[in-house]
Amino acid sequence: MSADTILSFEEAMEKYDPVLGFEVHVELNTKTKMFSSAPNVFGDDPNTNVNEVDLGLPGVLPVVNKAAVESSIKIGLALNCKIAETCRFARKNYFYPDTPKNFQTSQYDEPIAYDGYLDIELEDGTVFRVEIERAHMEEDAGKLTHMGGAAGRIQGADYSLVDYNRAGVPLVEIVTKPIEGAGSRAPELAKAYVAAVREIVKNLGVSDARMERGNVRCDANVSLRPHGQERFGIRSETKNVNSLRAVEHAVRFEIQRHAAVLDSGQPVIQETRHWHEDTRTTTSGRAKSDADDYRYFPEPDLVPVVASREWVEELRATLPEPPAERRKRLQADWGYSDLEFRDVVNAGVMDSIEETIAAGASASVARKWWMGEIVGRAKTADVDPAELGVSPQTIVELNALVEEGKINNKMASQVLDGVLAGEGTPAEIVEKRGLAVVSDDGPLLEAIDAALAAQPDIAEKIRGGKLQAIGAIVGGVMKATRGQADAGRVKELILERLGVEG
Amino acid sequence: MTDSNELIRLSAAALAAKLGAREVTSVEVTQAYLDRIAAVDGQVNAFLHVNAEEALAVAAEVDAIRAAGGAAAEELHELAGVPIAVKDLIVTIGQPTTAGSKILEGWHSPYDATVIKKLRAAKMPILGKTNLDEFAMGSSTEHSAYGPTRNPWDLDRIPGGSGGGSAAAVAAFEAPLALGTDTGGSIRQPGAVTGTVGVKPTYGAVSRYGAIAMASSLDQIGPVSRTVLDSALLQEVIGGHDPQDSTSLTDSFDNLVAAARTGNVKGMKIGIIKELHGEGYQAGVENRFNESLELLKEAGAEIVEVSCPNFKYALGAYYLIMPSEVSSNLAKFDGVRFGLRVLPKEGPLTIERVMGATRAAGFGDEVKRRIILGTYALSAGYYDAYYGSAQKVRTLIQRDFDAAFAQADVLISPTAPTTAFKLGEKLNDPLAMYLNDVATIPANMAGVPGLSLPGGLADEDGLPVGIQLLAPAREDARLYRVGAVLESLLEEKWGGPLLDRAPELQAPAIGAANTVGGSN
Amino acid sequence: MAAINRDDVAHLARLAHIEMSAEELDRMAGELAVIVDSVKSVSEAAGDDVPATSHPIPLSNVFREDVVGHTFTAEQALSGAPDAAEDRFKVPAILDED
Repeated sequence: MSADTILSFEEAMEKYDPVLGFEVHVELNTKTKMFSSAPNVFGDDPNTNVNEVDLGLPGVLPVVNKAAVESSIKIGLALNCKIAETCRFARKNYFYPDTPKNFQTSQYDEPIAYDGYLDIELEDGTVFRVEIERAHMEEDAGKLTHMGGAAGRIQGADYSLVDYNRAGVPLVEIVTKPIEGAGSRAPELAKAYVAAVREIVKNLGVSDARMERGNVRCDANVSLRPHGQERFGIRSETKNVNSLRAVEHAVRFEIQRHAAVLDSGQPVIQETRHWHEDTRTTTSGRAKSDADDYRYFPEPDLVPVVASREWVEELRATLPEPPAERRKRLQADWGYSDLEFRDVVNAGVMDSIEETIAAGASASVARKWWMGEIVGRAKTADVDPAELGVSPQTIVELNALVEEGKINNKMASQVLDGVLAGEGTPAEIVEKRGLAVVSDDGPLLEAIDAALAAQPDIAEKIRGGKLQAIGAIVGGVMKATRGQADAGRVKELILERLGVEG
Repeated sequence: MTDSNELIRLSAAALAAKLGAREVTSVEVTQAYLDRIAAVDGQVNAFLHVNAEEALAVAAEVDAIRAAGGAAAEELHELAGVPIAVKDLIVTIGQPTTAGSKILEGWHSPYDATVIKKLRAAKMPILGKTNLDEFAMGSSTEHSAYGPTRNPWDLDRIPGGSGGGSAAAVAAFEAPLALGTDTGGSIRQPGAVTGTVGVKPTYGAVSRYGAIAMASSLDQIGPVSRTVLDSALLQEVIGGHDPQDSTSLTDSFDNLVAAARTGNVKGMKIGIIKELHGEGYQAGVENRFNESLELLKEAGAEIVEVSCPNFKYALGAYYLIMPSEVSSNLAKFDGVRFGLRVLPKEGPLTIERVMGATRAAGFGDEVKRRIILGTYALSAGYYDAYYGSAQKVRTLIQRDFDAAFAQADVLISPTAPTTAFKLGEKLNDPLAMYLNDVATIPANMAGVPGLSLPGGLADEDGLPVGIQLLAPAREDARLYRVGAVLESLLEEKWGGPLLDRAPELQAPAIGAANTVGGSN
Repeated sequence: MAAINRDDVAHLARLAHIEMSAEELDRMAGELAVIVDSVKSVSEAAGDDVPATSHPIPLSNVFREDVVGHTFTAEQALSGAPDAAEDRFKVPAILDED
C-alpha cells in the first residue's frame, strides 16, 4: 500500500486553518459495570467477569449503576457543564461481535451533561478555551483478538476470539464543540486537552486514567479550511490514539495529509482512520457510509434519570480542588517562579515533588533532585520520571546524607544510580561502596600539596588574588581522592595552605 | 380417592385445597397431568418439552414436607405442589427455551427467569414448555417453527396466539395453570378462543427478567387458567417488584385473591368501549357480549358507554412500536454467543456473512417481516413519521383511557372480533391476522391491565367467545372482582364451567404409538 | 413518504443482517408495502403539541448500588457458544475494523 502524501507542517499552516474535535472516552473505576453487577476489573481471565446480562443472553435486562451516574455528574461539573434535569438512555443499533446485544445502550439527544468548557494552558502559558458540547453515559464493548493474520491486525485474520469481560464497563464520552483558532498550535493543544481531561478524571477519583490500559481513549477529528473561509472542511476521524504523544502526532499528521490532498485539488474523504505508532502515520479504515444508520430510540428497558438540583449540589460539594487551582496553590506554597513551576509541570514531576515535600524535604531541595537528577535519567531510560523507581523517601534520605556532610553532591548522584540499580537504600550503598567524604585533613593536605606542586603557575595566580583559578586545584584533589573529598573543605585548606583569604 | 380424570379437571384452587388437606398427593396430581399430556398432546401439540423427571421430583419434595408436618409444612405456599406449564418464551434452567424458533433449537439457558424462581420457591412442579408463535409474533401459533398447536374445541382450528400452547394446554386439561406473555393480546386472545382465562397485568406488575424480549415497552408475563380465582392466585405468586427489572413496579398486588372473592359488583360502573364492538365483530361474539352486559346489569352494576376515538390508530401505532423494538431486541440472535450458527454455503467466511446466513435460516417469515418493518420505522429519515408518531399515539391512547376511567371503574369489550378460525385461513394475509388484536392492543399501549374470561359459545359455530375487562394502571384487583362475579353468573346460567362442553379428546387407541408432542 | 420498495427492503435486510434471496426480497417488498400503507395514518394522528410516550408507566431514578453480584465461570459463559477456543467465543474473520 502506498503511503499518503503529506505536506510539511509549515506549508500546511501557511495555506490552511485547522479545525479540531475530540471524542474522549473515559472508563469509570466503579466496582461494577454500567448496567450489570459483574465486576469492573482489568486483566482477569477471559469471560470470568460476566453474567447473563453482559453476554446479552435472551431475556436479560439492564439496571443502572448509581455510582456511575454520580461519577458522570461529577465529570460534567468538573467540565463546567450544565447537568440535565432529566435525561434518558438510548439504543445505538449496530452489529459487531464485541457488542453482545448488537446495540449499545448509550445516550443520544439527552446527555447527562452539556455546554461546558475547559481552559487549557499550553507550555508557554497561552490559554485556549475548549468548549465542551456534551458528556454522556454509555457502556463499553468486549475485546476482540484477531488470530491468524499478521501482527494481530484484522486484515488477513482467519478468526477472532471475543472476551466480554470489558463489555458493559461504564464509559463517559466527552465531546468537544469544533475547536477553531488553534492554528499551528493545534497538535500541541490536542495533547494538552487530552492531558487535561485525563488529569481531571484522575483527580476526581472516577477513573484510573491510564491511557496505556485504555482508561482514557481519544478519537481525534481534524479538518482544514482555507484561511478566511467560514465553512468547515471535510473531517476525518482518527481512532486508536492511545497515548498523549500519539494525540499530538496524529493531529499533526492528519493536518499534513489533509493539506496534501487539498493541494492536489482532491476532496478529503470523510472516513475513519487508524493511527499507527510504529510508522507515525494514519491509514484508511472503513469509509463512513449509511451502514452507520444507528436507528437511535429511547431505551425502553431503562427509566429516565432525574438529576435534582439538590443531588447535583450534594455532588458538587464533594468535588476535590480542580487541578488548575491546585497548581496555583502549590506554586505559591513552594515559592517557585513561573518559569520554574512551568518546567516542573511540563516535566511531569509536580505530584512527585508534592510527595517528596510531604516526606520531609524542602521545596527547593525537592525541585533540585527531581529536576536536576531524575528527569534527565528518566529521559535516558525513556520512562516517565514518576516511573523511574525513585521514592520520595530515597530523596529525603540522600539529601540528609549530603546535608550532614557524610557525602557530597557528586557522590549522592552515584548513590542514586546505585538505588536505581537495586543495590539497596542510600545508607546501605554508601556503606557498601565505601563512599564517605574524606573528613580527615591529613590525606587532603597531601593531595593538596601534590596538586599545588603539579600546577605551580595556578598556585601563583591564586596567591595573586585570582581566586577563580582555585577550581583547577580542587579538581586535581578530587581526582586524587576519587571524588570523596568535600569540595568546600578542600577549598578552605588550599586557601590556608597558600595563605590566602577566601 | 379422586379419579385421575376428575383430578385433572379440578381448578388450581380446588387442587390446592385437596393437597393442603392431604386428600391427594402432588405426585398423584402431577402424574395425572403427565398422563393426560401423553394421552392427548399428540393431537393438540401444546407442549414443546415435557419436564417429567424434575416435575415429579418437586412434587415428591412437597409431599415429603407435607407428610412431615411442622413449621416447614405450614410455610408452604398455598399453591405448593400444583403443577404449571410455562410458555417457551420464558427461560428455565434445566429445560430448553426455544421461543418457538429454530434459532434457539435446543438452547439451554444458564439462568432462571424471575417468575420461574418464584414458581420454584412456591414449589410448583413445572410440567414443561408450551408452544407459541415464533418470538411471540402472531395470533394463531401457526408461526411456530415446531408446528402449530390445535384448539382443543376443534383440532382444525387455531388456539389463538402467540400463547396458543399455554391456553390449549389448560383448555385440554393438560395443566391447571400456565404462564404466558402478552404484548398485544397474546394471553388474552388465546384465552378467548379456547374458553380459558388469561390476564395481562399492569405493565411492571410482573417482572420481565427472563422473558425473551419482544417489544420491551409492551410485554408482560401473566397467568393462564380455567378460573378467574386461579389467575388471581397465580398472579400473586409471580408478581412483585424485581430489582433486576428497572421497569418493575414497587406497588404490592396482594389484594387480587381477596378481590376475586368479593362476590359482588354493586355500585360499580362498567364502560362499554364504543369503538371496540359492533361493526367488524362476528355476530355470535356480539351476542355473547351483550348477554354478559345484561348479567352484570342484573347484578347491580351500572353500564355506561364511553368513547375512545384514538383507538382507531392503536393497531397502526402498535405495528410501528412493536416491530421497532423487536428489530433491536432480536439483533442479539447472531450465531456468536448462543443458539444456531449457520455458515454461508459459498463465498468468503466472514462473521457478517455468518450472521446473515444464521438469521436467514433461523428466523421464520413473520419474524423477518417484523424485523424489516421495525428497521424501516427507525431508519434515518423515517423516525419522526413512524416511530416518533406512534409514540405520540400512545399518549393519545393513554388520554382516552384516562377519560374513560373517569366515567367507569372498569371497561368491557369482546376480547377478539371473531371465534377461532381455521388453521391456514389467515396465513397469507398478515393484515387480516393483525386485526385479531384490535381489541387487546390498546391495553398494552397504555400499560393498563386486561383480563379475558369465557363468555359462552357463539351460536353460529359453537366456539368460545371471550369477554375482556380493562382497568386503570395498578388496579388489577378490579379485574378480578368483576371477572369473578361475571364468571359465576355465567356458570350459573350454563350449569357449570364452559369447558365442560368442550369435546372429549380421545386418547390414541391402545397399541398405537403415544407421541408426546415435540418433547426433546 | 414513499412506499417501501424492493431496494429499500434489500438495504434494510443488510442493516438487519438477514440474508435474503431475490425472490424473498420481492415477496417481502409486496407484503410490507401493504402494511406500511395501512399504518401511514399514524403520522397524521397527533399534532406537534402531543408529547411522545416511550414508557407506559412513568418511573424514574431506578438504580442499583455499586456492589458486585454473581458471575459465570468461563465454562458457564461459553456453555451455549457455537464455537469457542481459549476460553473465548470464536468467530470467523471480521470484514470491517471498527
